[in-house]
Amino acid sequence: MNNDLFTGQLVRLAAINPEADAAWFARWDRDTEYIRLLDGAPFRLIPVKKVKEEIEKEIEENAANACLFVVRTLADDRLIGFVELEGIRWPHGDTFVGIGLGDRDYWGKGYGTDAMKIVLRYAFTELNLQRVSLDVFGYNERALRSYQKAGFVIEGRQRQLLLRNGQRFDCIYMGVLRNEWLAMNNFQ
Amino acid sequence: MNEQLFEGEHIYLTAIDPDKDAEIEAKWTHDPEYLRLLSADPVRPLSPGQVKKKYEDMDKDAEKYRNTFNFAIRARADDRFIGFIRLFDIYWTHGGGKVQLGIGDPNDRQRGYGREALRLILRYAFDEVNLYRVSAMTFEYNTAAIRFLAQAGFTIEVRRRQAINRDGRRWDVILMGLLREEWKRDEGAP
Amino acid sequence: MITVQHTRNTLKSKGKLNMRADLFRGALVHLAARNPDTDAEAVARWERDSEFHRLAHNDPAYPILAKTAKQWLEEESPNGFRFAIRTLADDRLIGTIGLWVSSWTNGEAWAGISIGERDYWGNGYGTDAMKIILRYGFTELNLYRVSLDALASNARAVRAYEKAGFVVEGYTRGAAKYDGQHGDEIYMGILREEWAKTTA
Repeated sequence: MNNDLFTGQLVRLAAINPEADAAWFARWDRDTEYIRLLDGAPFRLIPVKKVKEEIEKEIEENAANACLFVVRTLADDRLIGFVELEGIRWPHGDTFVGIGLGDRDYWGKGYGTDAMKIVLRYAFTELNLQRVSLDVFGYNERALRSYQKAGFVIEGRQRQLLLRNGQRFDCIYMGVLRNEWLAMNNFQ
Repeated sequence: MNEQLFEGEHIYLTAIDPDKDAEIEAKWTHDPEYLRLLSADPVRPLSPGQVKKKYEDMDKDAEKYRNTFNFAIRARADDRFIGFIRLFDIYWTHGGGKVQLGIGDPNDRQRGYGREALRLILRYAFDEVNLYRVSAMTFEYNTAAIRFLAQAGFTIEVRRRQAINRDGRRWDVILMGLLREEWKRDEGAP
Repeated sequence: MITVQHTRNTLKSKGKLNMRADLFRGALVHLAARNPDTDAEAVARWERDSEFHRLAHNDPAYPILAKTAKQWLEEESPNGFRFAIRTLADDRLIGTIGLWVSSWTNGEAWAGISIGERDYWGNGYGTDAMKIILRYGFTELNLYRVSLDALASNARAVRAYEKAGFVVEGYTRGAAKYDGQHGDEIYMGILREEWAKTTA
C-alpha cells in the first residue's frame, strides 16, 4: 500500500489553515487573470477577514461532500494554490475537482499537473470514487493541456456559455473514469 | 410583445402554493420513477410537511440569490397542480440559465402539457429575462426527456460518462443546450 | 395518507426508465415517507409497549409523548435514509426502517427496523421491508455491505434477517442485560454479491 498519499514530484497537498492562508487567497483573488481563469462569477474584491470567514464557512457547510487542500511546493513549502474535490456524489462515486494556482511564478511548469495527479490518486484509492469530473473555460488552454496530461478526457462543450471581454467562449467538460486512471497508473 | 407569458392552451403557470401543492407533490415523490427522472440524489419519498419546507426554502433562496424563477404548472380544465417548471442557476453576466420541468402523474405525461410549459419558459427566458442560452441536464435513461428537449431545439453538448449509478449499472449524464439564435420562437404556438 | 397505486408491475418488471419501477414496494408492504403530523400517535403508542422497546432500543424503556414522537419523526440526517413501513393491503403504518451510511468510501451502512404493531410480528412483514431496503441500499445507494446488530435472544428478528439474506458474523458477549440476565448481541452482515444472489 502506498502511504505517500499527499506527495507528488513537485508539490504536496496539505490542510488549509484559514488563519494563516486567507491572506494568500485574498492576494491571489486580486489578480484578474487568475480569477477569470478560475471563476465564472463577476469579479469582486473582498477584505482578508471576510476571505477567512468564507473559507471557514465553506469548509463547514460542505464537509460531507468536499475535500479542500492547499498546494505547497516540496522545494520550500511555499503555498502556491489550492485543489478541491467538491460536489462529491457518494452513491454514484462521482466528484468535481477544482484547482487554482494563485502564484504566477508556478504557471506552466507542471506544478498544477502534479497537484492534479495527487488529488486523482486520492480520489481513486482513498475515496474509492468511480470518476472525477471538471469543467474548464474554453480560453484556458494551459489548464486544458494540463488536465489532459493528468488523464482527463474531453466529454463535450457547453457552447458560448461565457461572455468575457465582449467575446463568447465555450465551457468544456472533462472526466476521467476509474478504469482509465487505473490503467494509466499501472494498477492490476 | 403582448402575448401572455404564463398562459398556455391547456396549462398555465403560477406561483407554487406551499399549503395546497405540498400534499400533491408528496404523493409524486412516492413514485421512484418520478424522482429518478429528475434527480441524481438518492430517491426519498417526502411527507407533505417536508415538501412544504422545501417550497419555503426555495422561496428564501430565490429571494436571496435572485437567480431562480420557480413555477407550478396547472391544468386549465380543473386548475389541478400537475407539475413544476423552473428557470434557475441564472448567470446574469453571461446570460445563461438552466431549465427543468417535471410532470408528476404519469397519466398527465405525453399529453402536450410539458411541451406547452417548455414553450412558455423558453419565451420567458429569451424574451423576458433576455438570456443568451439555456441549458438542461438529463440522464441517459430518460430517453423521453432527450427527445422532448431535442424537439424544442436543444442539442446534446456534453456526455458525462457513467456519472450515474442506478439499478445496477452506470449511465451517462447528458447536458443539452439551446442558444437564442436556435430557439424557434413560434414553435408550438396556438 | 399516501394512497398506493396498485399497478400490474411484478417484482421483476421494468418501468418506463428500463429500470425497476417498484423500488419502494415489496410483496406485503411498501416504504413511504415518515409523516410527523400523522404518524406520531402510533409511534408513541408503540414506545409504551416495553417488550417492543426492549427489542428495538438499547436504552432503558420509557414512555414518550406524541409530541416527542413527532420530533423523532422530524429528525433527518444526510446519511440517514429512513422510511415508514406501510401495508400494501390497507396502507396501515406498522413500523419504521432505515439505513445509516457509516462510510461512503467503504460502502457500508447499518440497517435498523422496528415493527410496532404486534399483529404484524412473525408474519413476514419485517423480512419484506428488509428486502426492500436492501434493494434500495444496493441499487440506489450503491453500497458494498449492509450491517446490523440485534439482541441474540430476538430469535424472530434473527430469522427474519436470515431470510432477507443476512449472514451471522459474530456476537458481543454479555452486551445486553434485562431482568437480571446478561445476553449477547448478534452481528450480521450482507455483501452486495450475496444480495445479488438472493434476487437472481
